[in-house]
Amino acid sequence: MAYELNGNSYDHDEEGYLTDLSKWNSELAELIAEDEKIAMTDEHWEVVNFLREYYDEYQIAPAIRVLVKAMKKKFGPEKGSNKYLYELFPYGPAKQACKIAGLPKPTGCV
Amino acid sequence: MEEDGYQGDVCKRFLYVNRRAPYGTIYALESLEVVLIGAAFEQDVSVAFLDDGVYQLVKGQDTSGIGMKNFSATYNALGDYEVTKLFVEKESLAERGLTADDLMEITYEDEDDDWAEKPSIRLVDRAEMAALMADQDVILSF
Repeated sequence: MAYELNGNSYDHDEEGYLTDLSKWNSELAELIAEDEKIAMTDEHWEVVNFLREYYDEYQIAPAIRVLVKAMKKKFGPEKGSNKYLYELFPYGPAKQACKIAGLPKPTGCV
Repeated sequence: MEEDGYQGDVCKRFLYVNRRAPYGTIYALESLEVVLIGAAFEQDVSVAFLDDGVYQLVKGQDTSGIGMKNFSATYNALGDYEVTKLFVEKESLAERGLTADDLMEITYEDEDDDWAEKPSIRLVDRAEMAALMADQDVILSF
């Protein structure tokens, strides 16, 4: 299974998570988002980029409550809330945003 | 949770015991993942490192030669999961020619103290480790 973009092919698992996160790019993110029925805005990108930074530092995708807490600390209480994140990513911020960010499924996310 | 016997408000003391080197077997990584997953249940969690388990916290790990993911950076995320007590046995370090300076600097931010950064690693001797174990409700060994 793979995403096709500009003549390149990017392998993903049965749930759509990218196999090799080093192959990720922003155009591919837009394509994955489209599959998730999400139109990327600056607010979506803020979360996706934040997740990529978190992964880069800790080598894991954070659980949702950890994401909420970390977002709160960096961007303030309005953006650091379940409600805000679920409005951006209705089928689960950790799951959908991580998929778009090219990261593995968050640890502990079933 | 709907299992029989689940009591929502009970906070138990959990200790995860790590005795093996980080790579070569899957125990260390599995333990870390269980700690991260278990953190969602808001229990009183401690993690112990003894015997070869102390190698899990050694700084400057490089796995490029063995084709395994270097997950040592993830120990620094434990604070975000409110796992803030990492007990390392002094004798195990000494027996391997290691000191506290050989370990990663792992910190957590104390929410109740204006997010002050505090060290998560606490060195204990063998007797203190035994007392710590005796004090737990649940011990999981890896």
